[in-house]
Amino acid sequence: MNILVGISAVPDTTTKISFVENNTKFNTEGVQFIINPYDELALTKALEITEAQGGEVTIITVGDASVEPVMRKALAIGAQKAIRVNTVAKDGMHAAQCIKDAIAGQSYDLILTGRESIDYNGGQVAGILSEMLDMSLINVVTSIEVNDGKVTAVRDIDGGRETVEASLPCVLSAQKELCEPRIPNMRGIMQARMKPLEVVEPSVDYSATNYDSYELPAEKGSVKLIEANNAEELIDLLRTEKKLI
Amino acid sequence: MVFVLVESEEGKIKKYSQEALTYGADLAAATGSSCAAIAIGEDTDTSDLGNYGADKVYHVTGSGLEAFSPGGYATAVADVVSNNGGNYVIVSGSYTGKSVAPKAAVKLNAALATGVVAMTDGNSIRKTCFSNKAFSKVSMSGDVKVITVVPNSYEIKSYDKAGSVESVSTDVGSSVKTKSISIDKVKGKIPLTEAELVVSAGRGLKGPENWGMIEELADVLGAATACSKPVSDMDWRPHSEHVGQTGITIKPNLYIAVGISGAIQHLAGVSSSKVICVINTDPEAPFFKAADYGIVGDAFEIVPKLLARAKELKAS
Ligand SMILES: Cc1cc2nc3c(=O)[nH]c(=O)nc-3n(C[C@H](O)[C@H](O)[C@H](O)COP(=O)(O)OP(=O)(O)OC[C@H]3O[C@@H](n4cnc5c(N)ncnc54)[C@H](O)[C@@H]3O)c2cc1C
Ligand SMILES: Nc1ncnc2c1ncn2[C@@H]1O[C@H](COP(=O)(O)O)[C@@H](O)[C@H]1O
Repeated sequence: MNILVGISAVPDTTTKISFVENNTKFNTEGVQFIINPYDELALTKALEITEAQGGEVTIITVGDASVEPVMRKALAIGAQKAIRVNTVAKDGMHAAQCIKDAIAGQSYDLILTGRESIDYNGGQVAGILSEMLDMSLINVVTSIEVNDGKVTAVRDIDGGRETVEASLPCVLSAQKELCEPRIPNMRGIMQARMKPLEVVEPSVDYSATNYDSYELPAEKGSVKLIEANNAEELIDLLRTEKKLI
Repeated sequence: MVFVLVESEEGKIKKYSQEALTYGADLAAATGSSCAAIAIGEDTDTSDLGNYGADKVYHVTGSGLEAFSPGGYATAVADVVSNNGGNYVIVSGSYTGKSVAPKAAVKLNAALATGVVAMTDGNSIRKTCFSNKAFSKVSMSGDVKVITVVPNSYEIKSYDKAGSVESVSTDVGSSVKTKSISIDKVKGKIPLTEAELVVSAGRGLKGPENWGMIEELADVLGAATACSKPVSDMDWRPHSEHVGQTGITIKPNLYIAVGISGAIQHLAGVSSSKVICVINTDPEAPFFKAADYGIVGDAFEIVPKLLARAKELKAS
């Protein structure tokens, strides 16, 4: 069982977001980058599957050299090999194209990604890859089982869940609850330094979208406080002022 | 031409698809074009789609479209769009839409933007990024553009359009690569992602046994229930209720947060709610800074009062 896991390096969840160059660039100063939380789940699940059934986990990241510490952390968690495509992805289409080209000639039974990256929140890469590689797709999954060349997964749907079966090879995107993410231990960290991290150059310079500018959400006006002993008033205000109930 | 994929359940058009149709109709008006709906599957009621903004409806049925599959639906959408000269494909950011849009974009060799909350003009959109901590204006190039619209970000308008239906029969069987084994719908409850009103609670509630009053308040208001991450991590509440940066992102008209501190990761998932009410014993709780209304007080005193008043109003 060969599994490829897409790892995206994203700002730590506590990051206060700000922009520079006249609001055209994300301000990375002082920002700590981490493995996208959903990708941590995808990676852990991939390790669980290969530990039970044999096989190898390769991680891939489209990014410049600054993402390597994040990739080393993924290797420390347990992935065997890493590939970095040396460019900054402009959008999901670009990232997926780079991944597709970088793995041409290799074969994976499963490709796991996160449900979405928490920086650009695309939720695109899994779907695009499945189409480009002509693989089956099960998106936003909370469970994965692989048996006899088939994968059975539970995915979120609007208002519930669906159990879906697909043949291999298959692309799946990880949703919370898929597993408990692993944290690297000392031995893992030591071993990670020796593991292969291959750097490949991108073959395309494509992008159909451009992030022109950014803005922060409008500040809330100050909160209207209601006395605790008069709490019922909240319901009345929601009804009369806001016409919500 | 602008195409909009519409979803339905038990024949009825989903609210988020009505929103996507409004987006499509507005985009068609802005670009001097017309708006066509794509409805997939036998049991969709297409009769109302003109009122939601469709000049025309393509009702696609056939082998491989009996049940949802990302491959089957994406093929159906891409075929209709390319056979009829589509420039824009609008899809709701529902779970279905999120599986279909990227595949359709590849098939159509299109630019793709997801998480869209507004249209700036025909070639650019406004989307959420950094988990709702920011927005970006994104320009799109190319002949075909695929856009997913975040549910509850576009107000439904009513139209008086023809909505004439053209039946398309097709066979997408070869692109169906997944098989549905079973579907488990949460019965009798409003799905969180579709709820207009949400009552949510956090660790301040002390334990799962105290959720009765939260559920009751939600019930009386016609709201869905949600919770913070630690609450679902401790299994006080189901994971499907966890909202925030690593949970579900929602933007209801009303979000009532009880005993939730308002950590940055929690706010990321709920800060786009139109009206936010916070109930917390700690006047310094960060959530108050993001709130429209606040009550500094003990949930175990405040919630019963709100409940009593809501019941009173409901009865009158
Ligand atoms: C990578 C990462 C991702 C995360 N993602 C998410 C996410 O998606 N969603 C999320 O919610 N969190 C997330 N978190 C966790 C987040 O940082 C907070 O820890 C969490 O939101 C706190 O939950 P809480 O407000 O319920 O609990 P607490 O922070 O413990 O707050 C409880 C609040 O209840 C108040 N209170 C206590 N008693 C009462 C009472 N009787 N009446 C009224 N109020 C009372 C307290 O004053 C306090 O403000 C994430 C954290 C990390 C590191
Ligand atoms: N630059 C990247 N390199 C490798 N994998 C990525 C990259 N961007 C996104 N992915 C993967 O695709 C998933 C969805 O990302 P996105 O479509 O950007 O929201 C992420 O959770 C990753 O698993």
